Amino acid sequence: MKIMNCPLNGPRNISEFIWGGEVKPMPDPARVSDREWAEYVHIENNTAGVVREWWCHVPTSFWFIAERNTVTDEILRTYPAGEVFKSRVEFTAAPKANEEKK
Amino acid sequence: MPFGLLKYGLRKTYPAERHFPLARDLKPSYDVVIIGGGGHALATAYYLSRDYGITDVAILEKGYLAGGNTARNTAIIRSNYLTPEGVKFYDTSVKLYQELSQDLDYNILYSERGHFTLAHTDAAIRTSRWRAEVNKHLGVNSELIGPEEIHRICPVLNMSEDVRYPILGALYHPPGSIARHDAVAWGYGRGAARRGVEIHQLTEVTEILQEGGKVKGVVTNRGTVYANKVLQATAGSSSLVAKMAGFRLPIRTIPLQACVSLPVKPFLDQIIVSGSLHVYISQSSRGELVMGGSTDPYGVYSTRSTLDFKEGLLGHMLELLPFLGEMKLNRQWAGMADMTPDFSPVMGLTPLENYYIDSGWGTWGFKATPVCGLTMSYTVANNKPHELIEPFRLSRFEEMKQVGEKGAASVGH
Repeated sequence: MKIMNCPLNGPRNISEFIWGGEVKPMPDPARVSDREWAEYVHIENNTAGVVREWWCHVPTSFWFIAERNTVTDEILRTYPAGEVFKSRVEFTAAPKANEEKK
Repeated sequence: MPFGLLKYGLRKTYPAERHFPLARDLKPSYDVVIIGGGGHALATAYYLSRDYGITDVAILEKGYLAGGNTARNTAIIRSNYLTPEGVKFYDTSVKLYQELSQDLDYNILYSERGHFTLAHTDAAIRTSRWRAEVNKHLGVNSELIGPEEIHRICPVLNMSEDVRYPILGALYHPPGSIARHDAVAWGYGRGAARRGVEIHQLTEVTEILQEGGKVKGVVTNRGTVYANKVLQATAGSSSLVAKMAGFRLPIRTIPLQACVSLPVKPFLDQIIVSGSLHVYISQSSRGELVMGGSTDPYGVYSTRSTLDFKEGLLGHMLELLPFLGEMKLNRQWAGMADMTPDFSPVMGLTPLENYYIDSGWGTWGFKATPVCGLTMSYTVANNKPHELIEPFRLSRFEEMKQVGEKGAASVGH
């Protein structure tokens, strides 16, 4: 079986992991337009080549980031999400524009 | 053509018919260029030439004809989907398939088998009932049946309760069929070529030319070709081709593996599918068991094979048909499936004017071949989406109007 190196648990069988899709920058939910938000949610780069993606080690619920070549299926590097996401994301409530319209 | 067949049989030699004219040079321009040379592209070219008189068409295929997902599916045809949009669309396809051998004068070995979607949980029973009701409402023959009826129709299935996932019931869809997948592509290709469509293999599109938001043509490894209209029908590479055209898609490219056993005497008439166990199995006209499972657990642009897939698939299959324990596998393969978030295709117009798309063919592409040809040819000829594919437009994602097709093969219930 293919082995993936979990930054928390070390090398484990790939069947213990689930794929979380591309790491993509999240637009500010309070300011973004509906169209841009839909694009962020649904649209994929679906790159053929080296990509940065979310993976989760299911038994420990540990989410991390892997760099993987989607053509050769080689896992190049895995590391904790903290290497990319340095600061906490605050989800402040959006202005009540929608409610006023109704 | 019974007399033609008799004459052929009485000959001393058996001359093979040439399906397609020999390759020639690309013209500098065409009315319509189709990127991709699979079943969908060939069907679209066929209906464009037959129904709309558009014959100045070039099909540009990177590899060889119908060598992608048209050659890599498990050839199952059915219309027992869950959403009304899906049922109407696939049912049109089934009806076209039933007449296709006659229509193309080409035997596609269409074989009506009856299709079982087994249910092993209460949740699956509920979904089956839901699907049966939607199907019946739209005139599709489909019903929920219990274990006794399953055993009566398909006595080889293991109905024991002493297994990990006993069979509680099934969605039974009598029109479910299989066909010879290559023949579908060859028949459409021959029909299109006879009407003047050019088929160019080993012709890879490397750039899409555009001007003022309109498509102008394509650059290929054999030179530049101008075109009034361009259709992309390249399942597996949809995102890569769309990127050349300047837009992105809600698609993840994920391999779907399948395999066949050695040929054995016919014992299995029906098509057996289990959404919960991720198994589908049917016996081809050659006697091989054609088997497939779920898509791979993550995306890869490759048709590599994994042991995990076979372990998972065959483990479950032996629970359904335990006497296959000594069966040997003959071939295995993988196709690259376009998986969309709502398990429905992405078809119709695109942000680039006169550039059309037929993509998002995850695990439901082969059965849609005729209806894709029909609807995409309408869309290309009229520059307006056919009403059957209107719900599958690319812009449904920004409108948040997805078509949640839980009747797709890869969806667990």
